Amino acid sequence: MRAAVINFPGSNCVLDMYYALKDFRLDAEIVDANQENLDGFSAIFLPGGFSYGDYLRTGAIARFAPAMKGVAKAAKDGRLVVGICNGFQILTEAGLLPGALRENAKPGFICDEITLNVANPDSIFSSAYDKLQITLPIAHGAGNYYADAQTLASLKAHQQIIFTYEDNPNGSLDDIAGIVNQAGNVFGMMPHPERAVDPLLGNTDGRAFFQSILQRKDLLTHAD
Amino acid sequence: MYLAKIYVTYKKSILDPQGEVVKSALHRLNYTNVQAVTCGKYFEIKLDTADKAAAAKEVETFSDELLININMESFTYDLSELAEAVD
Repeated sequence: MRAAVINFPGSNCVLDMYYALKDFRLDAEIVDANQENLDGFSAIFLPGGFSYGDYLRTGAIARFAPAMKGVAKAAKDGRLVVGICNGFQILTEAGLLPGALRENAKPGFICDEITLNVANPDSIFSSAYDKLQITLPIAHGAGNYYADAQTLASLKAHQQIIFTYEDNPNGSLDDIAGIVNQAGNVFGMMPHPERAVDPLLGNTDGRAFFQSILQRKDLLTHAD
Repeated sequence: MYLAKIYVTYKKSILDPQGEVVKSALHRLNYTNVQAVTCGKYFEIKLDTADKAAAAKEVETFSDELLININMESFTYDLSELAEAVD
């Protein structure tokens, strides 16, 4: 299976994601945001960073990059689409995930390690976790998740909330840190699992995130 | 040629963290008359359209499409005709 890591101008977690995927022996490659056709990829990762300088709003310009046509097609086809941090912001701006990410309730950039609850351990992106509390790094200025009451009710009704903050760092509605779409194949989260895969860095709680995806070999055989 | 002045703010139902911080800073400076602060974005966009109605329609369309996130923001605008440039 092939995995793409989309490189937008201003993305800065491209290599972190690339090396994490390589660590799990995935056939990963870095793909420029100007490439529209992503048909050959079973999984597409939108990495963290400050795409297009965060101009206008986080993710607001990136959503119109050519690669996002390929991402939308992949999402519609049922292939895996993952947005981490700025990638999550881009997916909400593109309408591929519900809601929006506002600036943090207390304005400012937060760089920290936080405790997360695995709110739904049965998803494609969380099934390998054998514990319900994990620690992951966060690094964002606009991670304050918002959805209107109707959208929130729908997220809950369809078990789309995958990760929640134990101590809400940014004002997110209902402590939401990560969600999937209703079909279950498009995922976004503010914390960084790709920065927590190597014991050398002192935290391996991100590994089960990638192992969860790897368990779904049925989804990873596209285009092989 | 028309000039659109477009003002983008959070919807009323959404907390405006920057506005709140500016308000508390103004209070700290002893401007106790300040009751509320809204912090938003301002755009000036020049358009060359056939008439004012066409300019208005375009402003409304592209504001929804790009300038705001319809989940959390709203916009207002003023539209005025610019004098033709003299060569």
